[in-house]
Amino acid sequence: MSIFDSLTEYQLDVLKEVGNIGSGNAATSLSMLVGSKIDMRIPTVRLVDYNEMMDLVDGPETLIAAIFLRIEGETPGNMFFVLSSQEASNFVEQMTGQTDFSIEHPPHDEMALSALQEAGNILAGSYLTALSDFLKLSLQPSVPILTIDMAAAILTEGLMELSQVSDYAIIIETIIDNHAEQKEQIKGHFFLLPDPESFPKIFNKLGVADQ
Amino acid sequence: MKLVDSKAVKVGIADLNFVKAPDVIRTSGLGSCVGVVIFDPVIKIAGMAHVMLPDSNSSKKEDFNPYKYADTAIPILVETLLKDGARKFALKAKIAGGAQMFAFSVKNDMLRIGERNVTAVKQMLEDYRIPIMAEDVHGNSGRTIEFSPETSMLHIRTISQGSKEI
Repeated sequence: MSIFDSLTEYQLDVLKEVGNIGSGNAATSLSMLVGSKIDMRIPTVRLVDYNEMMDLVDGPETLIAAIFLRIEGETPGNMFFVLSSQEASNFVEQMTGQTDFSIEHPPHDEMALSALQEAGNILAGSYLTALSDFLKLSLQPSVPILTIDMAAAILTEGLMELSQVSDYAIIIETIIDNHAEQKEQIKGHFFLLPDPESFPKIFNKLGVADQ
Repeated sequence: MKLVDSKAVKVGIADLNFVKAPDVIRTSGLGSCVGVVIFDPVIKIAGMAHVMLPDSNSSKKEDFNPYKYADTAIPILVETLLKDGARKFALKAKIAGGAQMFAFSVKNDMLRIGERNVTAVKQMLEDYRIPIMAEDVHGNSGRTIEFSPETSMLHIRTISQGSKEI
């Protein structure tokens, strides 16, 4: 039986903890970057088919800005940091003071793009560092890449590995935000998609027996 | 003038579906996936697949979804169309997608999947002797496509390159 058919409650809790550790560290890094308090929400672990995954970001055609990176090492997988159009504008405003940036209107300002790229690098990097320390596994991230396009076109890339063994993805989703303390909310979603063979290793490392 | 009520049939990811004029058929957010339309322009019926991977032999699972692969989805499109009254000699195809969404060059073959999908789709159509009337493939933009069996036109929308019909 594959892992996708038989996740136990306990295993789900372990995966939530993985999301907690990673995004907790990322939220701290982001706080330092923008100089305001950033929190993270309780992680969600979802078992979704490809089309349901697109619903998590308001449908396949929704325009998003996403930082993608491939994780190599002992537990390979894919990671996305996803921003909606409004979230991307808020991010850029916080980081550069530029108030008129919108991903809806290409061509995009180089400054704004590099600010987004840099935020993505820092966030993804701190997420993975925490994860790697927690799991005591060596994880090597690829260089994160910023892409702005339709959600399905971007996110499907992260499903390719997985799609050879399953029509479902296990997504560890965490949202970080500043609870709208200011008018402009800073908010983003992490999607961590471990490759199928990574799950037994993660469970094993954390002392949860795989069935 | 009487307006014809037409509805849009949706095709999800790793999915396929069929349509008769005046209805249209669409799939959203093709990245490295390839949208394959096979149609009979006279009978005005069409099938569309949203192909995700080139080859079902790469499936590590026995009960795989046949709509996901070029080599299994295209036969289903063709056979169903023929059953629904399309004529083998009249079948034509239009294809779009197969982009490379991330511009990095890694050894990982998975990241050149768009190119491999296009090649696999073309090979299958060649095997069935179905001519490709128009194509909009590769590049690095996501595409939403809509086909009208009434006009045999494929409408393609992208975020950064605007829209066009092929």
